[in-house]
Amino acid sequence: MHIVVCIKQVPDSAQIRVHPVTNTIMRQGVPSIVNPYDLFSLEEALRLRDELGGTVTVLTMGPPTASESLRKCLTYGSDRAVLLTDRFFAGSDTLATSFALAQAIRKIGETFGAPDIVFAGKQTIDGDTAQVGPGVAKRLDLLQLTYIQKIVACDPEARTLTVERRAEGGTQTLVTRLPCLVTMLEGVNQVRRGSIHDALRAARAEIVTWSAKDAGIEDVTKCGLRGSPTVVKRVFAPAPRSEKAAAVPVSGKAAADADALIDAILARQPSLEADLTHLAAGI
Amino acid sequence: MSDKPAAPAPAAGSRASMKKELPEHFKAYKHVWVLVEQERGQVHPVSWELLGEGRKLADQLGVELAGVVMGAAGTGTLEAAAEAFAYGADLVYLVEHETLRDYRNEPYSKAMTDLVNAHKPEILLLGATTLGRDLAGSVATTLLTGLTADCTELAVDADKSLAATRPTFGGSLLCTIYTLNFRPQMATVRPRVMKMPERQEGRTGRVVPFAPDLSEADIVTKLLSFLPDRTSTKNNLAYADVVVAGGLGLQSAENFQLVRRLAATLGAEFGGSRPLVQKGWIPSDRQIGQTGKTIRPKLYIAAGISGAIQHRVGVDGADMIVAINTDPNAPIMDFAHVAIVTDAVRFLPALTDAVARRFSPHTRDRIAG
Repeated sequence: MHIVVCIKQVPDSAQIRVHPVTNTIMRQGVPSIVNPYDLFSLEEALRLRDELGGTVTVLTMGPPTASESLRKCLTYGSDRAVLLTDRFFAGSDTLATSFALAQAIRKIGETFGAPDIVFAGKQTIDGDTAQVGPGVAKRLDLLQLTYIQKIVACDPEARTLTVERRAEGGTQTLVTRLPCLVTMLEGVNQVRRGSIHDALRAARAEIVTWSAKDAGIEDVTKCGLRGSPTVVKRVFAPAPRSEKAAAVPVSGKAAADADALIDAILARQPSLEADLTHLAAGI
Repeated sequence: MSDKPAAPAPAAGSRASMKKELPEHFKAYKHVWVLVEQERGQVHPVSWELLGEGRKLADQLGVELAGVVMGAAGTGTLEAAAEAFAYGADLVYLVEHETLRDYRNEPYSKAMTDLVNAHKPEILLLGATTLGRDLAGSVATTLLTGLTADCTELAVDADKSLAATRPTFGGSLLCTIYTLNFRPQMATVRPRVMKMPERQEGRTGRVVPFAPDLSEADIVTKLLSFLPDRTSTKNNLAYADVVVAGGLGLQSAENFQLVRRLAATLGAEFGGSRPLVQKGWIPSDRQIGQTGKTIRPKLYIAAGISGAIQHRVGVDGADMIVAINTDPNAPIMDFAHVAIVTDAVRFLPALTDAVARRFSPHTRDRIAG
């Protein structure tokens, strides 16, 4: 089995701050992490490799510093890491990103053997689009299985994969043929810590680094800003409500303040009195 | 997963001004479409919310609003079409085929792509559900057009292009995205973000059947079984009339009990901000915000929640937002209707007592007696 896992290095969003005056993002000092959603897919890939034999290749597109996240994935036990980096990729939207990643996966197939399964994260924590996985699948004409909560069976001989998929209103059990693309649901597993052996190997490992040309991309107009049909016209902070919040004065006595708060709520929306009485009676 | 927000805003703006006349072959693309997400006779309510929004866009553009209903014949497709008219559609493209009985990516994306190529909409809206997101990514890639995920606001620009606004940078800012020179302009919207439109009894429209070129023999992925969710295990957060939520200001998982107690006394649902899920204080299906649930209650009480944009977009539809926070300068003070600057941990028990005293009939009777 050859399994390719697409990951993304993202800023740790819990630590992003917005400048209070200029409303711009303060990126300085914000640590980068492997997109947490990708780790559920990576763990599933490593588990399948351990059960069925084979190799796991992790792939990312990003700036040269994204090699740090690839190295992290090697410490978890991935066998090989490929970094796709080129100034032509700057400003890619999801369509341009899926084009570049698909080209790189084709090149990985030519160089290291055709993948049986491609994994991607369900979505990222910075873009939150959930579009790149399906985009890569379509570009490579792979069957697509998103929101997978369990891989029930993988038969490399029969070339089949059976999964449980979270659908609207229930769980689907689906069987499909390899090769295919899978995105795992969050919380379905916990990425391993990796062995000392893996950590030592990761520290010394060479990260395969490809430019657009190395990855076999001839038409760079399909990459980056030029290859992106969408454009961000405006980035802004939402305006405060025109009416300032009615501040309830604080007396220091919690019971009195609680009554004052309820009075303020009902004064502003008298119809809530009936709603609250009705709801409270339901218990 | 767009990298674009990383580009400095002025550069992006100058590129937006490069928007030139639409290529000739896209000029035939007209009308606004909404996918009416129908499975096993049930239409996802996000479809009606999108028809309400699509109606506004279509009226501004002076074009028609179409619903797209897909499924196997006799599984509620005609009922869904009739409902689509009641919620504002002028016409419904009815795509019926046995392979569309349950959602699978292959037949749905092929049928939708073929329908778009045949009837050429300028705007295509889908719910940001597991179905809508799975389908939208495939269709947009096949058509090589732009797709904006999880929009919180849709508008028509002066030059009649779609301006789709969504949170960016992990929900710390908003951005407005355009699809330049490609059609259709695609967007997904999460459930409860848009207001449910009024249902207009007796409103009708045209049904346009579309026969997809599908055959079960060509479809590789097979459905072995479908296990419906037991409704009892799902919370009603998104549709609750009153919601109480907590944030990091509660300081500990134990203190979250104070939120649950107030919610129980009010007969309300409870939830929390994203950091609480990350810390494991509450399960992920209780998360409120851009990456959790969007809510539209009559009353929303936020205790110890600072109100980052990613949280705000999840609660902006509430009729009344009440903030309990020690920080008078917290962002939530910008969008709360009523606020009290105090420590939620100390204040919540008093508020719970006051609610019990004033609204619970048992307590009131006792006091009166």
